[in-house]
Amino acid sequence: MLEFRKDLFADERDDNLHVIGKGEQRQDMLGHVTGRTRFFDDHGFDGLLHLKVVRSPHHHARIRSIDVSAAERAPGVKRVIRAQDVPVNRNTLLSLIGFGKDDEPTLAVDKVRYKGEPIVAVIADSEPEAMAAAKLVRVSYDPLPTVFDVQEALKPGAVVVNETYPGNYFEYHDKYDHQKLRFGDVEAAFRTADHVIEERYQMSPIEHASTETNGTIAAPETNDRYVVHSCAQGLFFSLGTTAKILALESNRLHFIGGTVGGGFGGKVDSLTEPLAVLGAILTGRPVRYVLGREEEMQFGSPRGAERHVIKDGVMRDGRIVARQITSYFDAGAYTRLTSYGVVKCVAHMPGPYTIPNVRGDAYCVFTNRVPATAMRGFGVTGVDFSIEVQMDKLAHLVGIDPMEFRILNAYRDGDMKAHRRVAHNTALIECVQVAAQKSNWALSETARRASSLSGGGGPRAAIPPTVTDESGRIGRPETRQAPPQLTPGAAAPLPAYQAPPAVPVHQPPHQPVPPLPNYPSQPAGAAPLPPVPTPPVPAPPAPPQHGAARFSSVFTRRR
Amino acid sequence: MARMPVQFRLNGSDRAVFVEPAETLLGTIRRGLGDFAPKFGCGQGTCGVCTVLVDGEPRLGCLTLSVTCEGRSIETASGLADGPTLHPLQAAFMEHFAAQCGFCTPGMLMAAKALLDRNPDPTRVEVVEAIAGNVCRCTGYEPIINAILAAAQQRGARRA
Amino acid sequence: MPVNVRIVQGLQEAAEILAADRGARLLGGGTLLVRDINEGVMTEGTLLRALDPVLLAINAGGARIELGAGVTMAMVLANRDLSYLHAPARGIGGPAVRTTATIGGNLFASTPYGDFTTALLALDAVVTLHAGFGGARVMPLEEMLTNRARGGVGLVISVGFNRPAGADAFRFLKVARVRPKGISVLSIAAHLPQNAGRISGARIAYGAMGPTPLRAKAVERVLEGRGLDAATIAAAKTAALEGTQPATDAIASEWYRREVLPVHLGRLLAGETS
Repeated sequence: MLEFRKDLFADERDDNLHVIGKGEQRQDMLGHVTGRTRFFDDHGFDGLLHLKVVRSPHHHARIRSIDVSAAERAPGVKRVIRAQDVPVNRNTLLSLIGFGKDDEPTLAVDKVRYKGEPIVAVIADSEPEAMAAAKLVRVSYDPLPTVFDVQEALKPGAVVVNETYPGNYFEYHDKYDHQKLRFGDVEAAFRTADHVIEERYQMSPIEHASTETNGTIAAPETNDRYVVHSCAQGLFFSLGTTAKILALESNRLHFIGGTVGGGFGGKVDSLTEPLAVLGAILTGRPVRYVLGREEEMQFGSPRGAERHVIKDGVMRDGRIVARQITSYFDAGAYTRLTSYGVVKCVAHMPGPYTIPNVRGDAYCVFTNRVPATAMRGFGVTGVDFSIEVQMDKLAHLVGIDPMEFRILNAYRDGDMKAHRRVAHNTALIECVQVAAQKSNWALSETARRASSLSGGGGPRAAIPPTVTDESGRIGRPETRQAPPQLTPGAAAPLPAYQAPPAVPVHQPPHQPVPPLPNYPSQPAGAAPLPPVPTPPVPAPPAPPQHGAARFSSVFTRRR
Repeated sequence: MARMPVQFRLNGSDRAVFVEPAETLLGTIRRGLGDFAPKFGCGQGTCGVCTVLVDGEPRLGCLTLSVTCEGRSIETASGLADGPTLHPLQAAFMEHFAAQCGFCTPGMLMAAKALLDRNPDPTRVEVVEAIAGNVCRCTGYEPIINAILAAAQQRGARRA
Repeated sequence: MPVNVRIVQGLQEAAEILAADRGARLLGGGTLLVRDINEGVMTEGTLLRALDPVLLAINAGGARIELGAGVTMAMVLANRDLSYLHAPARGIGGPAVRTTATIGGNLFASTPYGDFTTALLALDAVVTLHAGFGGARVMPLEEMLTNRARGGVGLVISVGFNRPAGADAFRFLKVARVRPKGISVLSIAAHLPQNAGRISGARIAYGAMGPTPLRAKAVERVLEGRGLDAATIAAAKTAALEGTQPATDAIASEWYRREVLPVHLGRLLAGETS
């Protein structure tokens, strides 16, 4: 059960809140229990037509010809939609925020890049008639070689999956074939570390399996507008995507939704909205396009496969002195949201730990799998899983209790993170302490007395001289395999991230805490970093009122 | 193909409707008669969001042909409340936070009603068994199980 | 031409339609055929619903049991004389599936479904097939399953078998990854009649270990004439995989099924199943 620990960070939180910490009835609950809640499919329309798509049976193939004549003559068929009927038949979801190149057709042109890719849409009076007619569409293919492994796909000469990205990688900042993180000098730290281990972790794609499948009903409305009952998790994101693909002014689309029968990330791709609206435009009738369960499970975008290779340098006393992570995200055949997941992954390196030398390389790779998308913490879940399994292995290696090992390496307020931002509102130590307590896991006195509020900052706030490199420059494949080059002048510390000037932020009024004893096994002459936690610096003057800043750091600029 | 006439009772009202021969009961209830409480989730009998009661027995609307329901009495979640008064299961689902997205709720309620109608005082194991065919992807089931047990307890208290 | 439905009273009429129309399928509870319609697998043809009460007959009181093909899992569960079949019946879907899923339909469920048929196979069941003008033909279930794999069976009226020898003589285990309702990794049914501490006439059947439920004849031979001691169980486990041909599907890989089958067989024979 949910428990509010008033003893932790008590001085940083209001206790006079009206909603937080109290039970509150959901506003939609009465509709749910009476069956009156209307999901996208719970709307009746006279003359409703049904749309089904013809999907590729091949993972990768050139389309030689498409013959829809038999399907057009089939009983109940009102319209067959082909690629040339789609006004803007090439899109990438994050183009709405200017991120990435348009790389995915609504209906395949010339080539299919994954098994299940839509090629033709059939609209008929009933769902069975649409399914029967879809079987009559004749598509002939020339199968092409395939690639399913991310590292194979990155090799020179690999099969090109998606011609928009001929190297099979997403292009970051128009400059690199991957997203980089550089902090300190991992190679130097590996040379002086007591132990260096490298492990590989990977996970398979995961389907969201929401009980409601993806779907849309679109219908002509008054004033040449279209009403769209959508399953989308991001309703206006879907509206913008649909408007772009159909070359419509967005004010001609009246999206209704927000009541989603389970999404978990699987309803952000606008899988059905554009074709349903296009169908309504072309037929002048309400059109319903809903994925069947098998379609949803096999061709609805999943959380993508990931592979993480983690190499760590650790000292005998338990301090991690270097961490290098190379991550490969399997985007499938098209970008969708994987490019963004990769950025999130790198933002989570090297985990919630203060490590003085960090190197991260994360690739968004195209293969002939079903395109992947968002799912509950995507980009983060896999790398965090890998890091935490690695933490257990490291603890075992140096003979330290895994809970204590995490407390020892945990970041603390004031520490410099690898992204050159100062850590605020850290709470990992307290989380581990509570977890240990709840599970009757014995911790040492030192670990029990550790605190996120003390021992951070000082030397731990320093930005080390950082080695940068040009590996993975787009158009220069030789840089990928080459060892990191020391860029002239790059050994100077890079500047810390400067927060934009903002509304004054309430600083948590830290209570002075007695200095921590050093961890006992600290040997003399070990690697210089990280320093053990030092006594806290005097806190800045406390602001006059409450200090609810710790748990709202994301929104501090709004306060 | 000629459409076929079917008559049955839906939530206490006699209904007559023409259906396609292979039309499912779920399709008839939703698109034919406009009761959108039961949902389509899989069409395969694996998720239970289409659960309705046919003559008091839990049935999957997506796998039941309408032409086999001639003369039957069918109940959906729309018929659970007595006017503005909620059924004890509905009240307990609200009280115990037993719904999140709400998509499984109408089917879950009918599976639970089928249980309580024949077993007013079920054990926790019996509750779990009764909703074993109903998938919920949000709640983790615990609030639902607790709500059904609470509803049973409340009905028992009212009878006493 | 969308799917048509014909409702007929008598078995004779049903049999004639099935014989004349290769696109006609006999509808049981609909859990297999209506699913195919929903997914667009079956887009034409005829579903045939037969109302003959013989399909719903249950004769469970005596030593010889006869169950109509239209008897549902819920009807089996409601019958106290059939308590030995309650575990396999409860293994079929959730409550709302069991009110419609029939014994006859289960005989035609493709792997990894068909756990009730696995139980019937271990009971040495026979199926009664319609043979024209009130006639009937009796065929061992195993033979019927072989014919099914080849594509032709006929109209099943009922299944028949002898009541198991004793309360502990019939055992059933369904292994699934989701509880209480999940699709089979595999299922095992065992009929182990004992005579003075020795097994006589052992029948072991597996579900999801081949294209249809199948008999584990090598295990039966090991058990024959022996007591259920540790050595016998060890020998049975060694013979467990003979004749199996499991598939890889969304539930389990062929490798995994092979790995765990002997373990579960050993537990079932040792009486260690929960």
